[in-house]
Amino acid sequence: MNKKSGNQTIAYADPPVLAAAATIAGPMEGEGLLNGQFDRVLEDNLAGQDTWEKSESYMLEWAVRTAVSRTGGTLDDIDCILAGDLLNQLMSAHFAARSLGRPFLGLYGACSTMAESMLLGAALIDGGFASRVAAAVSSHHDAAERQYRYPTELGVQRPPLAQWTVTGSGAVVLAREGQGPRLTVATIGKVVDAGLKDPNAMGPAMTPAAADTLWHHLQDTGRQPNYYDIILTGDLGQVGKTLLIQLMQEKGIDIAANYEDCGLMIYREDQDPHAGASGCASSALVMCGHAFPLLVTGRLKRVLLIGTGSLHSPTSYQQKESIPAIAHAVAIEA
Amino acid sequence: MSVSDGRQGQEEFQKWYQARFNQVKPKPPILKNVFWAFVVGGLICTLGQVIQTYFISLGLSQKEAAGPTSAVLIFLAALFTGLGVYDELGRKAGAGSIVPITGFANSIVAPAMEYKREGYVFGVGAKMFVIAGPVIVYGLVTAVLIGLAYWSFR
Repeated sequence: MNKKSGNQTIAYADPPVLAAAATIAGPMEGEGLLNGQFDRVLEDNLAGQDTWEKSESYMLEWAVRTAVSRTGGTLDDIDCILAGDLLNQLMSAHFAARSLGRPFLGLYGACSTMAESMLLGAALIDGGFASRVAAAVSSHHDAAERQYRYPTELGVQRPPLAQWTVTGSGAVVLAREGQGPRLTVATIGKVVDAGLKDPNAMGPAMTPAAADTLWHHLQDTGRQPNYYDIILTGDLGQVGKTLLIQLMQEKGIDIAANYEDCGLMIYREDQDPHAGASGCASSALVMCGHAFPLLVTGRLKRVLLIGTGSLHSPTSYQQKESIPAIAHAVAIEA
Repeated sequence: MSVSDGRQGQEEFQKWYQARFNQVKPKPPILKNVFWAFVVGGLICTLGQVIQTYFISLGLSQKEAAGPTSAVLIFLAALFTGLGVYDELGRKAGAGSIVPITGFANSIVAPAMEYKREGYVFGVGAKMFVIAGPVIVYGLVTAVLIGLAYWSFR
């Protein structure tokens, strides 16, 4: 049976269930707008580890273990773990997978990885290759800063366009059977390069990719934006959000009424995140910590999550390359 | 049709998008930044003057007092970097805390702290000058060039 729908979209024949989810967040995230919605908030960014990287890995492992235990099963029931993060060679995901001891596929989609891992996990299940899959991502403010920007204690002034990398991790268990919201449709994004070169302008650099994926999603499914209770992008930030609404408007599509960016749902204004949150955990914390419980209780019926990833590296921007970006969409329906 | 190829090719879209981005791009609060840079930079320099005056009062000449004054400022900047305060200051003061000698000290101590986890050789030793290195290299090159010019026209 052909499960492809239109150009870039998968319509799962037997949509997998989101059986359980778990989140863990850093202290700043814990005090933010989603205060009280995370399963665990760390007291500090190190989580009792020696390095930022180990702390991130610890969070990812904790999120996977907690999500799995909530399904009432054990890790042995998980056929495959799909996970990724922002660090070189997927350090956090690989070191977490070492302890988890289950079949593992590492993914890099930068900050779009939550949507990417859910999309692929659902494909494994719907294709009959697995019955239970854990999809997880993590990011860590300090680990990302030292890799992409400057040492954390350096006294630099961030431009208003800059976004704040989220410290946290989210995991979700997808299952062939069970109760809960289902991942029904997913749209695989293309790499789109908007030609921006400023690594502080990641949100605006990713916006055309998000617009492209959303446009194709709507075309492929024949849906209107108001089909969804809410359309969420991963981490476009304040400027990216404005631009996405404009780009879609020019296509004759009005998304302003039911669109929000996860990057604007994490920090309060007075926490001074500048243009908003970013990082794999931006969409993961909102998806797993905020939207998932609302889907389970039926307060949200249909959610479209568009994970957005900025695919540059410190090497690419030092070599004056522009920022390629990608966006993947997953539709979750209760 | 995608958002990008709707506009006759990638390049044209990029140009169009860049212009659109520039319209909504937030401007840095220049007045506020300049004010804080002035206040904090001025306070650091005043502190330097107080320290220098103290050393002169101990009997050092103005020239002799420059060395210990710089040393005290560097020590203070390193201390406050270690305490995790200097980056908070820099966030607000910008150039005000980067330009004085204390900013230079911060730019060496911050990577030294950050990369300690990679060991003393490939971490602290190798990465310590990752920010300050270019300043030292081009500072030295400029000094040599000025020195040559001074020597040849003397």
